[in-house]
Formats: sequence, C-alpha cells, structure tokens
Amino acid sequence: MSSLSASDLTAVSAAPQDADAQLDDDYRLAIRIKDVRVDYRTIVNPRANTLRHTVTNFGRKSKDRKVRMIHAVKGVTLDVPHGKVLGIIGANGAGKSTLMRAIAGILPPSSGEIVVNGRISTLLALGVGFNGQLSGRDNVVLGSLAAGLTRRQVDERFEQITQWAELEHAIDLPMKAYSSGMYGRLAFAVSTHLEPDVLLIDEALSTGDAHFRRKSYEKMQELVGQARTIVIVSHGLAAIKEMCDDCIWMHQGEIVRQGKPDEVADEYLEFQGVPRPKRKENAEDETADDDVDPLDDAMSMEDI
Amino acid sequence: MLDTTSPPRAAAVPAGLEHHVFRSRRTGVPRLRTYLPELWQRREFVYELARCTLRGQNYTNVFGQLWLVLNPLLMGLVYYVLADILSNGKHAANYFSMLLAGLFLYTFFSSILSQSAGSIIGSSRLILNSRLPRMVLPVTQMVIAFMRFLPCLVVFLVVHELQHLQWGLAALYAIPAFLEVAVFGAGLGLVCATLQVYFRDFSNFLPYLTRIWMFMSPVLWELQTQLSKPGLKADVIAINPLAPMIGSWGDALVYNVSPRPAWMLEGAAWAVAAIVIGTLVFIRREREFSVRL
Repeated sequence: MSSLSASDLTAVSAAPQDADAQLDDDYRLAIRIKDVRVDYRTIVNPRANTLRHTVTNFGRKSKDRKVRMIHAVKGVTLDVPHGKVLGIIGANGAGKSTLMRAIAGILPPSSGEIVVNGRISTLLALGVGFNGQLSGRDNVVLGSLAAGLTRRQVDERFEQITQWAELEHAIDLPMKAYSSGMYGRLAFAVSTHLEPDVLLIDEALSTGDAHFRRKSYEKMQELVGQARTIVIVSHGLAAIKEMCDDCIWMHQGEIVRQGKPDEVADEYLEFQGVPRPKRKENAEDETADDDVDPLDDAMSMEDI
Repeated sequence: MLDTTSPPRAAAVPAGLEHHVFRSRRTGVPRLRTYLPELWQRREFVYELARCTLRGQNYTNVFGQLWLVLNPLLMGLVYYVLADILSNGKHAANYFSMLLAGLFLYTFFSSILSQSAGSIIGSSRLILNSRLPRMVLPVTQMVIAFMRFLPCLVVFLVVHELQHLQWGLAALYAIPAFLEVAVFGAGLGLVCATLQVYFRDFSNFLPYLTRIWMFMSPVLWELQTQLSKPGLKADVIAINPLAPMIGSWGDALVYNVSPRPAWMLEGAAWAVAAIVIGTLVFIRREREFSVRL
C-alpha cells in the first residue's frame, strides 16, 4: 500500500526534491490522510457467523456466506496542520465517524495511508470504556489508564478532571446514577486532560448545557492555543462555525466541499433542503441554525 | 508495514511527538518489538480493570465478596459427594485435598478459556472507541481468573491443614506446575477469544468441551493409578496436555513428592507451544476485530 501512496505523491510532484518535501510533510503536519478508503464487510445472513452454520454448510457455496461490502469512506485526501480545528459535517451515514475511527487508528483503512503526529485522544461515542456499575472515580482512572497514562499521572490529574467537570460531589456515585450531561462532562474532561496532541471529538458536545458548552469551547481554545489539533464531527453547525478554522462536508464517503466553515455550512444547509435565512440578511446567522437543529442551542453563544 | 514507525530523521519532528502511520493491513503480525512494550505499558490498566470488574460482579448480592470463598467450597462439596457416591465411599483419607487441589486448578484453567472467549465480544464498545492493543482484553480476563483462584488457594490451605498433610520442599514443584497451566491456558484463551469473534456460538460449545476435558484430566482421579491401567483410556490420558501438569501439581501439593521430570518437561513444552501459537493467532487477527464486531 505504501507503493500506492508513493506513486500518488510523485504524480502530484514532478521534481524529486518535491517528493522530499512531501516526506517532510509527513512529520510536519498533524494529520495527513492520503486517498483513504474504508470498507466494511457485513455478512448478509447474521447466522452465517456461527460454527453450526459453517459445519452444516461445509464445502457448499452458500448464498448466505456472501458478504456485502459497504464503502464507508471512498478516497478521502486531507491535510491538517498543527494547531488547527477541523470540522466535519454531513448527513447521517456520510462516513464521518468511520473516518474519525480511521484517524484514531481503530479501523484499518482498506487502502491509502493515514499519518498522525502526536498523542491521539478520542472522544468518540459517549462513555468510552465507561462502566455504569463502577463509580465515577473508577471510571476516570480506567479511562485514563486505557489511554496509556501511568497510575501516577492519573493521580496527578484526577483533581483537575473532577474539578473541571464540576462533579466533586458525585465522583463516588456509580456512573449509572449520572445524568447524560454528567456523563458527557466527565468523558470530555478525561479526554481533554490527557494532554492530547490530536483530539478527535465525535458528537460529544450535544449533551451539555449552555454553561458546560461554553466551558468546553474554552477548553478546546486552550488546547488549540498550545498548538494542539482538534477534529470535531458535529451536527451542530453553530458549534462548527464558532470553533473551526476549516471545515469539510462529507457525503456518501466523499468530501464534497472543503473551505471556510461559514460557507461550507451554508452550502450544506442548502443541500439538506433548508432554506437560507431570508428574514434578517446575515445579521444573525446563529438563529437560522437554531431553526435547523434545536439540539444545537445557540444560547451558549449569547448567554455567557 | 508498521503501525507506529520511529521517525527516520529526528530533525523534522517537533520534539518528542509520537508518529503514527496507519496503512491498509487487516491481518498479519505486527512488529512484536512495538506491540509488546505497548501491551506492557497497559499493565496498570489491566490490573485496575480486573480489580474493578471483580468488585463490581459481587456488588449487589447478600454475601458479596464472600462468594469468592463460598464458590470454591461449595463446588468442592458437590464433586466430593459425586465422587463419594460413585466410589461407594472407598477412597484414600486425603482424597478431599486431592480433589480440591485438582478442582481449583482446573477451574482456574477453564475460567481462563471461557472468560477469554467472551473478552472481545463483551468489550465491543471499548474496541470501537479506543486504540488499545487488543490483547489487553483477554489478558485482563486471565488476571481476573487468577484473582478468583487466590481465595481458592486459601480454602485449600485450610483443608490441607485440617487433614494434617505434610509440608516439604517438594511442594515447591507446585509453582512451576501452576505456571504451566496458566501459560497453557493463556495460549488457548487467546485462541478462544479469536474464535469467538468469527464463530459467535463458540462459547456455547466451550462449557461442554471443558467439562469433558476435566473428566479426562487427573482431577477426580489420580494420574498415577489411571496411567498404570491398560487400554485406550490410558492412551487418551497420556496425550492430554493437562494430565502431566495437574498430575505434578497434585503430587507436589498433596503428597509432597517431587513430580516426574518427564511430566514437568512435557507440560512446559505444551505451555510454550500454546502461548506462541495463541499469541500469533490473536495478533494476526486483532486488527480485523473492529470491523467484525
């Protein structure tokens, strides 16, 4: 596969020293995604996944055995420099989460190559590695250790994490007693306090209230200020517009548009069949998003 | 084709940044020199997860953590009654110790297999959301099995004392015998974990498999006496990898005699073979787990 990406590179750059520069980019940029495809194979009949089925259909070319390929990401190429915030928007099933998992190194790409420079921290589905039976304290410790911290590092950061999540009073309760907002707060606090160089956030901002949302924006700004890189997947276009330097719109596994968050988001809205705001011309764009997505509360922008 | 390559030119890299390259490679053995240290780095996670899981399991019932001791005792009683009826009450005075020693070790072994089998499927969220070396999950289950085994050992020592059995230096041979069973079980456990991903009904077969295997191992009977009998049964027992390991364990702990060197060597060979094969099978496939779940 490396040969594939190498030929890609030489196709772009004619002179050999340019190829050298490309190699430098592999170390200079935070994230490089080179013509990445991710395919899932799903077996049409779920029962084909059993021993019984294998034994009873041994030697036969069963139709059930057929796999359906799902091309979740089809040839995405993308560079993200250090200290930038990239937003990814798109309809359901556009391949956003799959791309995030590929960047995190969880899903192997089917072809192409992904280069990431720096410690990766993920906040993918809420409650990663979180066990509801256990207390918040245990979960914070487990989550941080799973990310590769040592016990001592966890102890050092524990206070910070609970304070930031404002959960000092509830940290010894079992997590199943938490509200979804508390869950989200703790998960966000853990993933941002791991000192990641590259932070991947998938739809994690939708559960918090206005106060927490403001706080998480500030935390992300703080990370960006330290030249750390953030990739956000969100349906909350207001959040994308406020946070991101760059934005891509994915549709059916491909990048449709890349550019300024405002422009890309507006185009995306139009594509989704949402009329552009006509009432007040570009005076308060935020309210338009409010109509679109009630979850994406614009309060956070004005209230605080 | 590596997961994480070390930078060839340090000058281009900002100080101390990790460099990851993810390429298309669903199967194939990753470089062990990067994989094993990464696994070792998560040892505290393994310990903590095992501790928390164990604590969480008996949280809600009346006896709580007492079950860790009650379980092996009751199990020992059940098999004692069974063996007592089958043998018309004729057995050696220290039969109960013998039975418990074998039973506890075998339970440790079979719970490694069954818990490892469920380890990947049972942690699908963890697999889909984090980039742990996947081997962390079955290893955690093995550690849990070991933590459950420790109270069994205490029960055994009490019975050992009550039956006025002798202690001696030869009892130390129990340690290598135990290690052989643990390593052998770990190797098979890794295979079970992989199989379960591909065949979801594997864990339905497993309890029957381990039950039969127990009856073929020197748990309810003694290795020495059965091997001397002629016929097919002795041959089957002779090729059972667990037979020399559990046989040595019982000889050392209960009778305080050094086991035969041939048994120890045979057990060690099986253990090494199992762990090498198990590890290779597992890490060859582990990148595919996230797509298969």
